[in-house]
Amino acid sequence: MRQFLTVVAFTLLTIGFFAAYSNYGIPQIEPAPPPKDEKLDLGSMTMDQFVALGERVFSGKGTCTLCHNALGRAPALENITEVASKRLEDPRYEGAAETVEAYLIESLVEPSVFVVTGFGKKGTNDKESPMPDVSGGGIGLSEAEIAAITAYLQDKSGGEITVEIPSGIENKADEETEEGEPREAINDPEALMVKFTCNACHMIDGKGGDAGPNLSRIGAMRDRTYLRRALLDPNADVAKGFEPDTMPPDLGEQMYAAELETLLNFLAGLK
Amino acid sequence: MNGFRPVKIGMTVAIFGLLVSLVSLALPGFEQSAVYAAEPAADAAPSFLYEPAPKLTAADYPTVAGVNSRVVVWVFAQLHLWFAAFVLAVPIFVFIIEVIGMRTRDKRYDDMAYEFIKVSITAYSLTAILGGGLVFSLILFYPHLFTYLSTIFSESMFYYALLFFAESAVLYIYYYGWHWLQGGFKKWVHLTLGLVLNAVGTTLMLLANAWLTFMMSPAGVDAAGVFSGDEWAAVHNFLWNPINLHRFVANIAYGGSIVGAYAAFKFLTAGTRQERAHYDWMGYNANFIAICALLPLPFAGYYLAAEIYAYSQQMGITLMGGIFAWLFIIQAVLIGTLFLSANYYLWCGMGRSDGAKRYTKYIKYIAIVLVGAFLVWFTPHTLVLTNEELKALGGPHHKILGPLGIMPAKNTAVNVMIIFTALSFMFYRRSNKVAVVSWEKAGNAIQVALFSAGLLNIIFLGVYHGYFTNTVYKVAASIPQVLTTLVIIVASITLDSFIYRGAQEVGPLRWGRIPERAQYALFLLAVAFTWLMGLMGYIRSGIRQHWHVVDIMRDASSEAFTPTLGYAANVVSVAAIIFMALVIFIFWIAQVSSAKTLPAGYWKE
Ligand code: HEC
Ligand code: HEC
Ligand code: HEM
Repeated sequence: MRQFLTVVAFTLLTIGFFAAYSNYGIPQIEPAPPPKDEKLDLGSMTMDQFVALGERVFSGKGTCTLCHNALGRAPALENITEVASKRLEDPRYEGAAETVEAYLIESLVEPSVFVVTGFGKKGTNDKESPMPDVSGGGIGLSEAEIAAITAYLQDKSGGEITVEIPSGIENKADEETEEGEPREAINDPEALMVKFTCNACHMIDGKGGDAGPNLSRIGAMRDRTYLRRALLDPNADVAKGFEPDTMPPDLGEQMYAAELETLLNFLAGLK
Repeated sequence: MNGFRPVKIGMTVAIFGLLVSLVSLALPGFEQSAVYAAEPAADAAPSFLYEPAPKLTAADYPTVAGVNSRVVVWVFAQLHLWFAAFVLAVPIFVFIIEVIGMRTRDKRYDDMAYEFIKVSITAYSLTAILGGGLVFSLILFYPHLFTYLSTIFSESMFYYALLFFAESAVLYIYYYGWHWLQGGFKKWVHLTLGLVLNAVGTTLMLLANAWLTFMMSPAGVDAAGVFSGDEWAAVHNFLWNPINLHRFVANIAYGGSIVGAYAAFKFLTAGTRQERAHYDWMGYNANFIAICALLPLPFAGYYLAAEIYAYSQQMGITLMGGIFAWLFIIQAVLIGTLFLSANYYLWCGMGRSDGAKRYTKYIKYIAIVLVGAFLVWFTPHTLVLTNEELKALGGPHHKILGPLGIMPAKNTAVNVMIIFTALSFMFYRRSNKVAVVSWEKAGNAIQVALFSAGLLNIIFLGVYHGYFTNTVYKVAASIPQVLTTLVIIVASITLDSFIYRGAQEVGPLRWGRIPERAQYALFLLAVAFTWLMGLMGYIRSGIRQHWHVVDIMRDASSEAFTPTLGYAANVVSVAAIIFMALVIFIFWIAQVSSAKTLPAGYWKE
């Protein structure tokens, strides 16, 4: 028993040491929280505010400083206006940009069009850039944010800001992807039908529009797989007698996963 | 029938755990197979069969009051992984020991192999229960993620369950048939079973690794997460093989260390001299296995890191240069602990031989070199996060230590550590032998020359490439360095086997003559390994940041943030304590199962 207790004490002590070392032996760095989308009010923004927004995105959501920093992992961007004009004249340059602004935006969304010598992915002979498309999945910057960064880069490198503050696009983009304020999920199918205006086009039990098929007995006619597809990709099979491209194609993106299931259950039950 | 009762209980529980996981696999999977069945020839393009990865909000994550869902899943996953690593590794070296026993016809090996497998069999049921717990908690707390993954991996999950049945069946025959399948042809049958057991077990691990690596480097899906229907592409994703390799090797080392701890425990509590001798020998062998697997691990690790970097520069930097940079300092402390305690055990073990005195004077130098190399490895390179920190430090590198922090210096240090561990081993093997060949002196001189030349080469390569070439070539040194290390190890072992051909023994090896503190080195090895695995589990998942599936399925739960190192260390520590408690329970069960009580006057005569 004494041996047993010694072993237990020894084990606890060792684990305690590792834990203590990790807590107190090294600095505790709070990793940045997951990026949040700010609601942008572009309409009332001055250019200074727009540039400031660019700077925020640059070191925050855009994660640009992960690579573009003093460690030489990616080209420095201090003089990018000047550098960009040189790039445009570089015989290796085959992209479509003709202005500094266009070059910058191209660098952000299609990094591999021109890869700075020595910075390409290993083994691709500078044909492929390790920089991700910043409008894509991982970083997901919106058009307005990319414009703001471009303005910031131009400003920082002492260039003339040629970018214009976009108007209107941001709010539209927001509605489409529902990335603004997260709304509460709805778990009542009838409320969902109202929210997504199904009734405007579909009749259920005598109520609703007639731009789309009557759904009163839809559960008896179609199985769940079909219904799911009808909601996510309405043009996949078009109901007889109706026009394609009428039903909104992006319901899948607007709805939460749980809402989709709720709605499907409801529709499947309409017999 | 030693150990029958606990095993039977274990079996029942294992089957229960399996059922839980099967049922839970089947539930969300069912709908998907229905899709296949209902629309086999739909003229719609195949992509319509699959949906994009769902976009979730915090409301999509069920919560249970007072329970932190991420920590629950985390702890279950980690416990499952620890046990799985153990029960997969043990059959690998049980197989090897069985072969050794067959070739040497030394029954001790066979008995030891049997004892190893006996330890792992209770662990096997715990693995299943914990796996069931993991699936259950995933379904409970992360239903959409689980559904998404099981849509893509429906087939491999099904095979996983099948293989699990196969594994259980083979394991039980292998274990219960041990004494029955002895001698001649029967022994071969038994050995074949061992091989099958390992094949099945390894395949199981590969499947599970695929699900894990898919979340890090998704493949077989488009940018929105719509599955192409090609499951092999999803399985064979970019990081699958690098993780397979690192895990496979690490698991063997880990299994060795746990069995070593078992032997150490039995040694400390042994009542008789024979028992002590037996468990000393067992501990030695377990440690041997652990070290053999430990030596190639740093290389497998760097290969993994290089592949992560190649997959995504962003992920690579997050791993090595961003928030996790400090983690590698802790990793270095742990790996240093592993190397030092394994070496320390070897040095203590030299006391088993009366001839060891000849070598003890060198040990202190080995120790000094090991600690030195460890300190170099330990030196941080870049710990920069934000521009403010950069300014505070006055630059990305520490002024004095900076030069030691770069990769070539670390590669050099790792190679030196490995070579000196090999040297410890060589002394250990030599300690009980006296060479009889006439050219012994010359042979030793060659050995000295070999080690010196090799070390010089490694250091030269490191210094030259590290400090006199530009960035692009800095890591060019690593491959010739590794080759040098391998050449030294292989050549010195070969040479020694010639020098000591027909050598005389100094005296019989006195198994059991080893100080008790050496056993604590074995415990330290096991604990450090366990904790290290937990820590690396944190970074493996941590580099996904706020993504369930990188760039495809975002984690929108309130627990999407990356925890700090201290927080992670606390979770890992608690999990490690639970694990150790379970391990002690297993050891205890193994002990009880061989104990007999004679209840006088209880049964009627
Ligand atoms: C994963 C690392 C990484 C991240 C994150 C990253 N970049 Fe890059 N970036 C690079 C690399 C490497 C290059 C050089 C190769 C090339 O030309 O594409 C580069 C090139 C560029 C260039 C062209 C530079 C030149 O000299 O022509 C610009 C402009 C740029 N990045 C801006 C950004 C911005 C703005 C962000 C954040 C939204 C960002 N980068 C995020 C790695 C990164
Ligand atoms: C702008 C009008 C419009 C709105 C709004 C609309 N739909 Fe439709 N829907 C249509 C039209 C037109 C069709 C038939 C053409 C087709 O299949 O794409 C259709 C087809 C369907 C079908 C397939 C019927 C069948 O038999 O093939 C279902 C189910 C459906 N809609 C459900 C819904 C739901 C649920 C909503 C609300 C979330 C909704 N729709 C909103 C116009 C609309
Ligand atoms: C002697 C050196 C090393 C030892 C003993 C070691 C040990 C381990 C162990 C035990 C695991 C857990 C395996 C599992 O989960 O089954 C692990 C995982 C990991 N290691 Fe190492 N390692 C070493 C070197 C390295 C190096 C040099 C790197 C990278 C720089 C590295 C990166 C990783 C990563 C990213 C994981 C997580 C992957 C996974 O979940 O399997 N390791 N290591």
